[in-house]
Amino acid sequence: MLISCPHCGARDSQEFAYLGAADLQRPDGLEASLAAMTDYVYLRENPAGRLRELWYHRGGCGRWLVVTRDTRNHRIEAVEPARPKGTEAGA
Amino acid sequence: MRYSVFSLVSQALRGHQGWQPAWRNPEPKREYSVLIIGGGGHGLATAHYLASRYGITDVAVLEKGYLGSGNIGRNTTIIRSNYLLPGNTPFYELSMQLWEGLEKDLNYNAMVSQRGVLNLYHSDAQRDAYARRGNAMRLAGVDSELLDREGVRQMHPYFDYDNARFPIQGGLLQRRGGTARHDAVAWGYARAADQRGVDLIQHCEVTGITVENGRVTGVETTRGPIRAAKVAMVVAGSSSQVAAMAGLRLPIESHVLQAFVSEGLKPLIDGVVTFGAGHFYISQSDKGGLVFGGDIDGYNSYAQRGNLPVIEDVMEAGMGLWPGLGRIRMLRHWGGVMDMSMDGSPIIDTTPVEGLYLNAGWCYGGFKATPASGLCLAHLIATGAPHPVAAAYRLDRFATGHLIDEKGAGAQPNLH
Repeated sequence: MLISCPHCGARDSQEFAYLGAADLQRPDGLEASLAAMTDYVYLRENPAGRLRELWYHRGGCGRWLVVTRDTRNHRIEAVEPARPKGTEAGA
Repeated sequence: MRYSVFSLVSQALRGHQGWQPAWRNPEPKREYSVLIIGGGGHGLATAHYLASRYGITDVAVLEKGYLGSGNIGRNTTIIRSNYLLPGNTPFYELSMQLWEGLEKDLNYNAMVSQRGVLNLYHSDAQRDAYARRGNAMRLAGVDSELLDREGVRQMHPYFDYDNARFPIQGGLLQRRGGTARHDAVAWGYARAADQRGVDLIQHCEVTGITVENGRVTGVETTRGPIRAAKVAMVVAGSSSQVAAMAGLRLPIESHVLQAFVSEGLKPLIDGVVTFGAGHFYISQSDKGGLVFGGDIDGYNSYAQRGNLPVIEDVMEAGMGLWPGLGRIRMLRHWGGVMDMSMDGSPIIDTTPVEGLYLNAGWCYGGFKATPASGLCLAHLIATGAPHPVAAAYRLDRFATGHLIDEKGAGAQPNLH
């Protein structure tokens, strides 16, 4: 599987580390209910199809990316930086 | 028809013309007492134990493909009960005891072979960890032996004992562990359940779960609606998809695990061996092929096929253990979709929907668990209370913090 890193170009997926679903919203830990925190930490949509997920380009630019991939056939629809341009640390 | 040496001889004299199909192929009724979604090993085992131990025979097993078309036929056939944690050890030991009596119980040759499972260690720290696990096993009444290097060498003289990076220092051996013929396990349970009146409905995909006032009332299928007051989801690999039909989200991700088989060879390795410095496990089937596997591919997948990087990784680990493997040609490889749970342990429990049961989250370990998984789910359905050895496999343990994390990897399914 090749992932087209917006910074480095098309690279082998082995250069990347996988985290999982990208759109989990972390509740405020001090304010959040136990149920909300349990949902965030443990429960997943786990779709058979389109999934937005976080990959870290450890063997390249060292940036976090959001990859939109079909989990049934590994077809990649889009690869974007996890943080929009201009909001990266140090930008 | 009861299988025995007499039935075999009498059929042989008649030219094997009189064998009957092992199970019926019935039309689904409109209503059952219990529906089991999923005609794999665990679903068929659940049906068998419901009928044989709890006397509940008004049961249908709904399978979207053919019986045993999922992970029951895609694993590396290993059976063992060498677990560390109290929530796991008694469960897997019950499973091992059921394996030991399985063929008599089912009147079916599942080729259960207690040829031993040996986990190798390669460092002092790993020896200590294995000694601890072996002691935990013995405390729970499970057999285990800690072997030193010479003990391992006597069993398997051909390994690379002086590998510069991963020298073999010894191993933890469970002699009662071994292998079983995976397809025959599904077929044996199917036949035994069918003989007690369970309807096995193949090519019948569940497309919806009907819930009224918080109670399950039946399912929608490609062969029409079927009513039941109790419905069990036994669909590891697709648990999230089926549970979503009842509005549930699960602590599970689906990942693909590959397995491999070599060309057929003369007897070469007579037990199951796992390499401790990488993830690699190997045995030899009675047909002669070396059967081996390693890690999951590492990212969510519903594709029943794997990718090349893990194949390379598995072969490297194999060569690190046993350089002679390099002369052997790989014949086939395939993938199965695993329910990777958030703590690496399974779930056998009720759900927030009354009458709806969940059997899921088997990660790598589903095959060896098949008998106990079926028995414990049948116990839960029949009695309403969890079986004592499966009481820790609760769905709410993720909220209460009572996790069963053998590997200590945390809520990261691809690391379990």
